[in-house]
Amino acid sequence: MKHYPRPEQDDQPPFLYPPYTSTVRRAPAKPLIQLPHTLSELTGPLYGHNPIGETDNDLTRQHPGEPIGERIIVAGQVMDEDGRPIPHTLIELWQSNAAGRYRHNQDGHPAPLDPNFTGAGRTMTDHNGNYRFMTIKPGAYPWHNHPNAWRPAHIHFSLFGPCFITRLVTQMYFPNDPLMPFDPISQSIPDERARRRLISHFDLSLTEPEFALGYRFDFVLRGREARPFEGRP
Amino acid sequence: MSRDRLRSLPSQTVGPFYHLGLTANTSLGCLTRPGAKGDHIRVCFRLLDGDGAPVPDGMVEIWQADAAGKYDHPDDTQEQAPDPAFCGFGRLPTDADGICKFDTVYPGRVPDGRSGCQASHLNVSVFARGLLGRLCTRVYFEGDPGLVEDSVLALVPEDRRQTLIAGRDLRQPGQWNFEIRLQGERETVFFDI
Repeated sequence: MKHYPRPEQDDQPPFLYPPYTSTVRRAPAKPLIQLPHTLSELTGPLYGHNPIGETDNDLTRQHPGEPIGERIIVAGQVMDEDGRPIPHTLIELWQSNAAGRYRHNQDGHPAPLDPNFTGAGRTMTDHNGNYRFMTIKPGAYPWHNHPNAWRPAHIHFSLFGPCFITRLVTQMYFPNDPLMPFDPISQSIPDERARRRLISHFDLSLTEPEFALGYRFDFVLRGREARPFEGRP
Repeated sequence: MSRDRLRSLPSQTVGPFYHLGLTANTSLGCLTRPGAKGDHIRVCFRLLDGDGAPVPDGMVEIWQADAAGKYDHPDDTQEQAPDPAFCGFGRLPTDADGICKFDTVYPGRVPDGRSGCQASHLNVSVFARGLLGRLCTRVYFEGDPGLVEDSVLALVPEDRRQTLIAGRDLRQPGQWNFEIRLQGERETVFFDI
C-alpha cells in the first residue's frame, strides 16, 4: 500500500518569500491545516483530459517552418520516492522561445515572437515512466520583480501522478546558468540540494548527432511503499 | 539495505503565462456530458489577494466524485461504476475579475475512511503567479446534511469553517459561489496535504 509522507520542509519553497515580491500579497498568512489522507486525496485525475496529438511532444514541428534556436531533447523518467516508475501519466510543459519571449498577450518583453514556435507541449509517460520532448532551448528574459531582474532559462512543467496528493507544477533549469543565484523564484527553495534537483543534466547519450543536444530531467513525485514497520498502527 | 529514498521535487510558481500550456482547452470548465446523473450545478470561484483585489492570473482545478459519491479512479473500490457521462476533473483560468465558473454536478458523499461519510465537497487546487506552490482547499455546500459530521471540517477551528462553505447565488438558481481569499481577515482555510 502506497503512502504519502509530507516532504521535508526545506525541500519546498515557503509561500511567503519577500524577495519574490508577488508572494507578499498572495501568500496565506495563517497556518495550513494538516489533512488526513482520505479517498478524496488518494484518488485524482488519471488520464489525459484530451487526446495527445502527434506533434504535442515535438515543439519544433507544430508549424509549417522550423523555429529559430538551439534544438534540444528533454527526456527522463517520472518516478515515486522509491524510484518506482510512474507509467501513463500526463506531462504538460510551456516555455518562452529562444529569444526569451512567450507567445502570450501579457508578455511585454520586446524580444521577437517566432511564428514557428508556440512553446506548449504535452505527452504521456510510457509503461516505464519515461518521457521525451523535442523543443528549442528557451531564452532568459527580464521581469519586473526588482531592478534589472532576469529569469534564468527554464521550462515550466505540470504533472499529475497517481492521485490528488502527487500533483506537481515546477520549473526545470539548465546547468551552469549564471542567473540562478540572482533568481528569487529558484532561490526560494531553502535547501540547496533540493534546488539543484531542478537543474537538468546535459546528457550526451540523449543527443541526436548533427541535430539536437540532450538534457536529462527526472521527476520524483510524492509517494512510497509502506515498509513493514511503518504500516503498523 | 538502507538505500536513500529519493526526495520529491520542489514546486515552483506557474507564473503569469501558464495559459499557454495549461488552459488552451476551455472545455475543462464543464465536467458533464449529456446524460450525466445528479443535480447539475454551477460553481463560481472568485480569487482575491490580501488587499481584497481580484487575482486575474490565477488557475483553479477541481477534483470531485460523481453524484453517487464515486471517484473515477482505480483506488476507489466502492462497488458502483463511475458515471460514464461525468469527468471528475476541471481546470479554468481566472478572468480579469478573478472569477471562473465550473459546470458540474453536486458531488455525492464519499467514505471518510473510518465508518462514516464525508460531507459533499470539491477538492480544489489553486495556482498563480506569486504562489510558489499549489494551495489546496475544499468547497463544501451550505445546508448540506453531512456538514455537522464531516471529519475534515472538524479539524478546522470553528470560526474559520465558514470560509470553506459555498453559498447559493440568490439570483441564479443552481449557482454556488465560493470566494478564495489568499490572505487577510477572512483568509480561506488551506490544507497541508
